[in-house]
Amino acid sequence: MSPRGSTDHSTDWPGVRLHVVTGKGGTGKSTVAASLALALASRGKHVLLCEVEGRQGIAQLFDVPPLPYAERRVAHGPDSAAGQPGQAGDVYALAIDPESALMEYLSMYYRLGRAGKLLDRFGVIDFATTIAPGVRDVLLTGKVYEAVHRNRRGKNHRQYDAVVLDAPPTGRIAQFLDVNSELAGLAKVGPLRSQADNVMSLLRSRLTTVHLVTVLEDMPVQETADGIAELHRSGLPVGGVVVNQVRSRALDDEDREQAMAGSLPREAIETDLVKAGVDVTPQLVDGLLQEAREHAERRALEDSQRARIAALDVPTYDLGRLPDGIDLGGLYELAADLIDQGMA
Amino acid sequence: MVTVPRRTKYGPQRPPTMRVAPPRGPTVSAPDLDVDGLLDDRANRIIVCCGAGGVGKTTASAALALRAAERGRRVCVLTIDPARRLAQSMGLRELDNMPREVSGIRGTGSLDAMMLDMKRTFDEVVEAHAPPAKAEQILANPFYIALSSSFAGTQEYMAMEKLGQLHAESVRAGRWDLIVVDTPPSRSALDFLDAPERLSSLLDGRFIKLLLAPTRGPARLLSAGVGLVTATVSKLLGAQVLRDVQAFVAAFDTLFGGFRQRAEATYALLQTRGTAFLVVAAAEPDALREAAYFVERLTADQMPLAGLVVNRVTTPAASLSAEEALAGASRLDPHDSTQSAVAGLLRVHAERVRVQHREARLRRRFAAAHPTVSSVAVPSLPSDVHDLAGLRRIGELLAG
Repeated sequence: MSPRGSTDHSTDWPGVRLHVVTGKGGTGKSTVAASLALALASRGKHVLLCEVEGRQGIAQLFDVPPLPYAERRVAHGPDSAAGQPGQAGDVYALAIDPESALMEYLSMYYRLGRAGKLLDRFGVIDFATTIAPGVRDVLLTGKVYEAVHRNRRGKNHRQYDAVVLDAPPTGRIAQFLDVNSELAGLAKVGPLRSQADNVMSLLRSRLTTVHLVTVLEDMPVQETADGIAELHRSGLPVGGVVVNQVRSRALDDEDREQAMAGSLPREAIETDLVKAGVDVTPQLVDGLLQEAREHAERRALEDSQRARIAALDVPTYDLGRLPDGIDLGGLYELAADLIDQGMA
Repeated sequence: MVTVPRRTKYGPQRPPTMRVAPPRGPTVSAPDLDVDGLLDDRANRIIVCCGAGGVGKTTASAALALRAAERGRRVCVLTIDPARRLAQSMGLRELDNMPREVSGIRGTGSLDAMMLDMKRTFDEVVEAHAPPAKAEQILANPFYIALSSSFAGTQEYMAMEKLGQLHAESVRAGRWDLIVVDTPPSRSALDFLDAPERLSSLLDGRFIKLLLAPTRGPARLLSAGVGLVTATVSKLLGAQVLRDVQAFVAAFDTLFGGFRQRAEATYALLQTRGTAFLVVAAAEPDALREAAYFVERLTADQMPLAGLVVNRVTTPAASLSAEEALAGASRLDPHDSTQSAVAGLLRVHAERVRVQHREARLRRRFAAAHPTVSSVAVPSLPSDVHDLAGLRRIGELLAG
């Protein structure tokens, strides 16, 4: 078990070693995965953040050169985290590609030196990683499995308390993780098959949980609901829903109602704008009222989406919209928000 | 003869991130994209909307198709994975892989819409091009089933295949004079161009040839190396997989050529004057980065790029700087109910201005690196689009 597992009880996910993060395209799933990794590191954990889609999203978020197929440190947790020096956590990152994973797998289990190259020359690596259905996903999740279980084998590798996987999007997540049934129609025996069985037993265990990232819009919320249903059907553990890019709560319920109805008291507003030191023109007031109405409409839609998320009956975490965009500082802010809400 | 550009074997090659662009003065602004001009030009027969997932590509495709139809064109729109309500807005209730007429179109034009069913498209191609007994054999093969329903590039391949079919039908029957294509929600916009080549080159590749060797029998292939390779694959995946693949390949053998030919023909069609690519993005770093890759790739492949659509752009309705608005808000009494409401209005405004600035900065950067690419920004709407009126509204915004 994790050497620092004793601090786990203060989070919603005690004992979880593998956090899978998925989400519809455009919802900020990579940002959330990175923030979660930082949050865990802030709690003094050694964290590995993996990506599997070849997008180099981690490198862009952490502003480091493109990641190779090797574990590179991308961030430290704040020093104050665990009190003592040497106890601070950190985040390593790894970009997993199926070709490298297969070559590593072959050399690890078969000590294939020359044969590996030969397989490559005959197009077998290409075939296995791109066309043979399911094999690609077994290789990707297999590497994640290796990272999670590494300390048990006691090899001379870096050990991690937690692994965060920036996984494929919600629409494909159950298929991606359910490597067993993906391979089922094909490989009925053989080492890849037993690899798939191992991966499956980790993914279905209490060491794993799958978080879904959404924004408060119709289609992403629908996909989140569909994704959760699919995960349940596949027997995969559903974690939390992270609601990303939440709009500010600048106007209260009553103000929003009036803004929508167009009944905000225009004259009183003009008076107060003068008090605020703003040059008041009719166009300015029209503009502000229009913005307030649109904000209220959007918020009303968001509230109806929030009701749908509440009906999913899973823990939810809110992350605010950062008006200036995401940078490394922003990631630390989001990480702090996740810690405050008990996600890490 | 058209050659589909070869990819290296380890995934699509990304251009280096450093961009080569002519230095520009301080005020860089992209030329405006004339959407109505594009739709009205009868020489344009295919419009392809591409871009990263989650940027509103499907909605943009549907809105463009509707606008073209209401400007008198006979349009077919091929959507890939529309939101349920968007599909309903066009009267699409099921995936039946056939264009259906959309009712409620104004004017003399027409709009047909369809959703792509990739497995069905694949099955239909097999049925159309193989003798019945062989087709049955292929459709039942476990390797084929997995390939046609879950291979990551199948959707792109089938979108191309369907586009080819629709185009052939439009030429033959004259049913449409414009086809608008939405592209699959890939992780990368480049997948749409690369996947067909990837699939066909793999189906036609060395390993498959190797598996066919026993039925074709060139003795020189039967070296020690081959034995080692097939033995390793058997060991890894089990001998059954190899047998399934072999059976598939043997049955599919006669179809390879046709698949490849059609993919090449569609690729060539995309390079002709009658095609226009619209790259769709949101004003976000990731989406614009994808758009940049795609623009560069289209240029390299000599494909006709019409321009960039930046979706869901934030536009403040009042002119007041974010700093002034926030300073004003801080001067108001939070305990007074009107004053706190006014402070709220000012904060809502300030957030909008800050988002607008960030988006404008991102768009300026894109324009600086791609000064010749015309673009149009579509302001974000406060509500989701789920009927023809909403699509019409997006169409108006697209037309500027």
